[in-house]
Amino acid sequence: MKTVTKASRRDFLKIAGTTAGGLFIGFNWFSCDSPKVEVLSTEEILSQAKSFNSYLSISPTGDVVIYSPNPELGQNIKTSFPMVVAEELEADWEKVRVVQANLDAEKYDRQLTGGSGAMPHSWERLRKAGATAKFVLVAAAAKTWNVPAEEITVEKGIISHKGSGKKGHFGEFVAEAAIMTAPEEVTLKDKKDFKIIGTPVKNVDAKDIYTGKPLYGIDFQREGMKHAMVQRAPFGMKIKSVDDSAARSVSGVTDVVQFGTSVAVVGNTTWPLLKAKKLLKVEYEADGAVESTADHDRLFAELMAKGKAEVKRKDGNVDAAFKSAAKVVTAEYQCPFLAHSPMEPENFFAHVQGDKVELVGPTQTPDRARQETAQLLGIPPENITVEITRLGGGFGRRLRADYVIEAVEVSRAINAPVKVTWSREDELTGGAYRPAVRYRFEAALDANNTLIGYKLRGVGMNAGNTTRENNFPSGAVDNLLIESIEHKSTITTNAWRAPITNFLAYAEQSFLDEVALAAGKDPVDLRMELLNRAKTNPVGELGYDVDRMIGVVKTAAEKSNWGKNPNVKQGFSVYFSHRSYVAQVADIEVQGGSPVLKKVTAVTDCGMVVNPTGANHQVRGGIVDGMGHAMYTNLTFENGVPKQRNFDSYRLIRMKEVPEIDTHFVDSGFDPTGLGEPALPPTGGAIANAIFAATGRRLRSQPFIEQKEFSDIKLEIKRA
Amino acid sequence: MANYNLKINGKSQTVDVEDDTPLLWVLRDNLGLVGTKFSCGIAQCGACTVHVDGKATFSCVTPISSVGNSEVTTIEGLSEEGNHPVQKAWEEVDVAQCGYCQAGQIMNAAAFLKQNPNPSMEEIDNAMNRNICRCGTYHKIREAVALAAKTK
Repeated sequence: MKTVTKASRRDFLKIAGTTAGGLFIGFNWFSCDSPKVEVLSTEEILSQAKSFNSYLSISPTGDVVIYSPNPELGQNIKTSFPMVVAEELEADWEKVRVVQANLDAEKYDRQLTGGSGAMPHSWERLRKAGATAKFVLVAAAAKTWNVPAEEITVEKGIISHKGSGKKGHFGEFVAEAAIMTAPEEVTLKDKKDFKIIGTPVKNVDAKDIYTGKPLYGIDFQREGMKHAMVQRAPFGMKIKSVDDSAARSVSGVTDVVQFGTSVAVVGNTTWPLLKAKKLLKVEYEADGAVESTADHDRLFAELMAKGKAEVKRKDGNVDAAFKSAAKVVTAEYQCPFLAHSPMEPENFFAHVQGDKVELVGPTQTPDRARQETAQLLGIPPENITVEITRLGGGFGRRLRADYVIEAVEVSRAINAPVKVTWSREDELTGGAYRPAVRYRFEAALDANNTLIGYKLRGVGMNAGNTTRENNFPSGAVDNLLIESIEHKSTITTNAWRAPITNFLAYAEQSFLDEVALAAGKDPVDLRMELLNRAKTNPVGELGYDVDRMIGVVKTAAEKSNWGKNPNVKQGFSVYFSHRSYVAQVADIEVQGGSPVLKKVTAVTDCGMVVNPTGANHQVRGGIVDGMGHAMYTNLTFENGVPKQRNFDSYRLIRMKEVPEIDTHFVDSGFDPTGLGEPALPPTGGAIANAIFAATGRRLRSQPFIEQKEFSDIKLEIKRA
Repeated sequence: MANYNLKINGKSQTVDVEDDTPLLWVLRDNLGLVGTKFSCGIAQCGACTVHVDGKATFSCVTPISSVGNSEVTTIEGLSEEGNHPVQKAWEEVDVAQCGYCQAGQIMNAAAFLKQNPNPSMEEIDNAMNRNICRCGTYHKIREAVALAAKTK
């Protein structure tokens, strides 16, 4: 038991609850100066707690420990998952401790972070975990008090029986409840009775983050642990020769090891390795195509012109529609490669001991780390443990296990525990990027300016299908053709926050603005016209819910005062991705001849909002991310090597570059869906459309600041 | 290698490292103070921000040989109980997403507010522009700095 002099808010509430009989008297957080109190550590609670299921344990003191299985990278899952369990348990949130679960394939299903899928996947099972535990606690109280279970009520961790006046906290019934059989079916709460879900619960790791506690993989230390940094080959190349003599002579370097196309320098601390890596003399030779950005531009043009591509969707008679068209609108859009650049560079700890391996670090896919390690070493996966640390961002980069495998390789080679750390230069040059892509859109309008034909061809790299063929506007156009074709690049690529749609949405929503202009229609009216057609007379399969999309379009138009103020030039965009609907409006005011980006209004339908703080974070963060990369960021290649090697040339958005963001959520009554990704895709389109409205310049490539159409536009960004 | 006597978070510490070792790596690898974060290594992102004699400093480009007798304060030493007004404001506003950059943001904000206790929003934007947050928590950082200025 540790003694603290100043309790954190939740600890104070816990003590207040027990010493003042549940009475809680006004508490001013900012003048927090409470008397000395005894606070149990999470370890102490767990040492006496009983496990109810994979998600929760309760101690005789009434403290509840909730396990959060999915990796936390900033999407706030470590707070929102336990909120759902605690809700059905009727726990007192102030008595809840949250623990990040390690990889456990028997206890948890889909223990990964990606695709904004955690909440929709786990919503019901988290609720059941809480509800079944509550059920047995109530049954245990009923047995102890000899009263009917249905007469018992539970509130904030207190079990009560009104008739007999009996009352007790969870902890008093833990021993009895833990040996009872959990019911197979259990009644879940009515959503209108939710007390925790829907409230702004604070980040459970906040205190540790703001005091610099070792939460992240890069902070992990182990007695006897070595550090390592790795030099990787340019894309399409392999090692010809290695001269490591200069690197080895750096004081603090203990070893240099080679595996695959990589060379690792090993030492006791990090700094000597950063120096030694620069002194490695590695000669490379071609082992495949060694590509530059100029090659990609040429390949895009060739594949765009090529007759054949994979047809993803075909409705009606496209050729006839375009032949009979009164107007045809055509445009091509292109985006560059991007790195994920999480603030915490890739790193992982590995300790290989015979046929057993311990892994610790930041991963979005702990099971993939385990499987790839098992495969590399030829050992059973169950011989490998994976401890999941907090992730300093991920954005899809940590879906791969390449940096985990590097740690395993080095640990095996030097027969010691090791942590591999990437530098920022490694992160930008080491691969697994969002690949560049080019789209060509064609629209056919009849004499009444009705959209009668629509064609999209996506040319990608290693991305598989570059389109989302059943997404809007599919279903709203009689004659439609969606095709995809790709180049297999030696440059490694990977999912990047909102894969494909992170650029497709911008291109499509910008193009729809071009169509609206050609048709002489208001951009919102055109979208509504198409959506109404998809609703009343849908063509083929629809991958989206038309009513929900209409819902966000209408609300966004209303909240942004769309078209009401002639001094405000607006850009509209709406997109459905990862099960959620987001519409955005960017506002540009022309002040003294200069366009000033003032605000982005965002309207989201993600079903029920679990945590308004987290939801706002994800929407604003997605918009900042989408805007920053659309405006500023580029990654280009010269002979298999990226030219942008750090944040001095690889430009990320900063404080002074973000506009005001006004967020709204539509209550559609649906179960919650994820929000890690859906707010990002519409942003580029909203901003590009607003820039067009304000300046007449159409931006068809990213990043905007490098386009010639943008070169004389001095876009200012100002907040209130 | 040479011995350096450092004043870190009010305590004297001796380390034996190369002259060119950045303060960041001395803190992280030699002293186990891992709250100060590595991210770019070239003074571009601010994740490594500490106070050297009260001034916000990029520890990733500060050679240990240049530190001398200066007082170094890291996030671990900003307050005893995590109750520095800036830390409290960060908690109240619930700033973090992934949280990795926040120690640097807090250290920058704390040094800035000491020097400018009643900043305008524009001054806050200018001061905080040297720290990158990849998650995009800029609105909340701004709000928290303003709150800390008001409540300190």
